[in-house]
Amino acid sequence: MTWQDGWWAYVFIAIAGWLATDIWRWLGVITGNRLRDDSEALNWVRAVATALVAAVIAKLILYPTGVLEQSPLWLRAGAVALGAAAFFLFGRKPAIGIASAIAALALGLWWLGF
Amino acid sequence: MKREEDEQSSLAWFGKGMRGIFSLPAFILMLSFVGFCSLTAQAGIPVEQVVFMVGMVWALPAKVILVSSMMSGAGLATAFLAVSLSSVRLMPMVAALIPELRGSRTPTWLLLFLSHFVAITAWVFAMEKVPHVPRERRVAFFAGFGITLVAANMLLVAVVYHFVADFPPIVAGCLFFLTPVYFLASIWHSARHPVVYVALLFGLAGGPLFYWLFPEFDILLAGLVGGTLAWLIERLWRRRKEVRG
Repeated sequence: MTWQDGWWAYVFIAIAGWLATDIWRWLGVITGNRLRDDSEALNWVRAVATALVAAVIAKLILYPTGVLEQSPLWLRAGAVALGAAAFFLFGRKPAIGIASAIAALALGLWWLGF
Repeated sequence: MKREEDEQSSLAWFGKGMRGIFSLPAFILMLSFVGFCSLTAQAGIPVEQVVFMVGMVWALPAKVILVSSMMSGAGLATAFLAVSLSSVRLMPMVAALIPELRGSRTPTWLLLFLSHFVAITAWVFAMEKVPHVPRERRVAFFAGFGITLVAANMLLVAVVYHFVADFPPIVAGCLFFLTPVYFLASIWHSARHPVVYVALLFGLAGGPLFYWLFPEFDILLAGLVGGTLAWLIERLWRRRKEVRG
């Protein structure tokens, strides 16, 4: 049987997709429910969760897919650095940081002839 | 009378959560789902199955891995393992969110149900907004946001699937880049615990480092090792400050 056969595709998605992701969410609820609001354990979990998401962010910037795969690394890293500089210089407003980074990227892509 | 007021108030907060659909993160996520539409359309997966996938799996990276497993003709067990490995990160994310989210009488079954709506975007949004919501209304607020976000993207996929067109390269590149840049700005901006700043920096450095060392488990290791180091360093800092103070 292959995934194209009607009902089998739905079973496939339910087991390999839904169950494979929700198991971890449920384990997260069970663990999180035992953590006290001000505990050191929660502080550790918070650090691990933030570092995980940060690693995903770094991979999106360093190893992008699609159009950006062909763009030079210095442009992507430079755009993020510029956005970060604008963010810290002008009152730590997310919109300013995001807009500066995207503007720098767009300008660079245009200049490189994308 | 008091009870009625309470219920009304929960409903009002559910509505406020729903309005989160008109926010920058929701907008960025919807653009990512336009990209997911073109991926699945090219892969030849029927639109009903794609909509089903959006509702059932929800986390976008997990779906991309599921689609590539389907494409490569992988068996059920292989696909399950690949998707599971990519989704372990959901556990600490949910575990960090739950103590912020639950009220004094929130039943566990409700948290189990609502955890389904956690993925990176909803997590970043909730960690930022939830502290400004009264404790007993947080579950309603998150439910309003999470359920609306999933439903809106299921609808979006059902419609856009039939009209997938490619964006001009500069636009496509900038749309892709919005995701990491938004996550960075939002996490830094909304951090209320010093450990978050340190963990963010260690995770950013750990991601590529572990991708280079152990590409199979890079995200997991970056989170565990980077997060633990960040926690230790921040704790040491705090101790020193306490000693001096």
